[in-house]
Amino acid sequence: MAGWDRNQIAARAALELRDGTYVNLGIGIPTLVSNYIPPGVNVTLQSENGMLGMGPFPFEGEEDPDLINAGKQTITELPQTAYFDSAQSFAMIRGGKIAMAILGAMEVSEKGDLANWMIPGKLVKGMGGAMDLVAGVGRVVVVMDHTSKHGESKVLKDCTLPLTGKAVVDRIITNLGVLDVGHKGLHIVQLADGVTEAELRAATEATIVG
Amino acid sequence: MNKEYSSAAAALDGLLFDGMTIASGGFGLCGIPELLIAAIRDAGTKDLTIASNNAGVDGFGLGVLLATRQVRKMISSYVGENAEFMRQYLSGELELEFNPQGTLAERLRAGGAGIPGFYTRTGVGTVIAEGKEHKDFSGETFILERGIVADLAIVKAWKADPSGNLVFRKTARNFNPPVATSGKVCVVEVEEIVPLGSLDPDTIHLPGIYVHRLIQGEHEKRIENRTTRKREAA
Repeated sequence: MAGWDRNQIAARAALELRDGTYVNLGIGIPTLVSNYIPPGVNVTLQSENGMLGMGPFPFEGEEDPDLINAGKQTITELPQTAYFDSAQSFAMIRGGKIAMAILGAMEVSEKGDLANWMIPGKLVKGMGGAMDLVAGVGRVVVVMDHTSKHGESKVLKDCTLPLTGKAVVDRIITNLGVLDVGHKGLHIVQLADGVTEAELRAATEATIVG
Repeated sequence: MNKEYSSAAAALDGLLFDGMTIASGGFGLCGIPELLIAAIRDAGTKDLTIASNNAGVDGFGLGVLLATRQVRKMISSYVGENAEFMRQYLSGELELEFNPQGTLAERLRAGGAGIPGFYTRTGVGTVIAEGKEHKDFSGETFILERGIVADLAIVKAWKADPSGNLVFRKTARNFNPPVATSGKVCVVEVEEIVPLGSLDPDTIHLPGIYVHRLIQGEHEKRIENRTTRKREAA
């Protein structure tokens, strides 16, 4: 069992992007997705602090404190960039204008429940815009490690952590493969390189129906 | 109408009282009203409830009001960058109400627009929905969230004219416009007050009707997370 590394997960997630759509990428592995946008696929990245058309990091010395992304990183603008306020930003998210969000996860369930903002008893930083994104965008793709450091499955029958959203996840991309959330459980879409179906099933607590 | 004041302290004179609710613009350290925050620290106003997406960092932004223990409660979506905040929160000295970021933005917008509450899908089935009215529309469940009307809104813009018409710059706009509208009184700090008539009326982001007092000043504009890329060799 080899599976995908972070960059390979991001590259696989980039294949989900559809030409001509508006997309929001979360922090962590999702941010790496922008490095793997396939040729000929033109997507506009939204940053929920108030920007469409997010460009790459600036060259050293050209950082602008007035131009950051939702991870508070300095970025640049593109010819098609537009700025707006936070209420407008979440109006387009809640209003279903953003086709897809690619987000990280701590746990995901076979019903499409997502937990990615809080571990009780540990430092709570807040949900930021994640609850609004999963409630509002057209399609939610989650990228994550399939198991914890201790080898426990993070793809579960039911999430144990406080939820970010209920029945919101459409597709799960992990180091072991790609799974879709169906009506009665998860469907295997693809196995990661070197991973067998038996290995994927063994690492998954959730019900796999096909 | 000239809304200009000589300093942040002068602009806040008569507006501050213990136990008040203040809405503050900014996202992270971007577009925060740093001069007005410093003046509130100097005024020593206590038991504040502050609605702001973030809580600053240690020693800058709203972090300075946490350091002086002037804040009783924060209404925020993300507070991860502030050790003093965490210490006060975990020891029970500071109350915290988490709002999803879009819910917070809309609560401020709604409050400013005379809308006492609105239904949203955000947070349904999570701890955020606990204790809130649920209502189904077309077979989908929504929760009721309340508008926020703050005693005072503090805002950072790029440019203003003396009548309070505002222009923001890039992503420093963020929460500032909805925060401005949510205030019973709104005080704005800008980098430059330009003469009346020099802003194109078609390019004004927030009309001066929302702005009561105005100051111009020097801003540090600290960068929280500096990320760059290498230049390709020519």
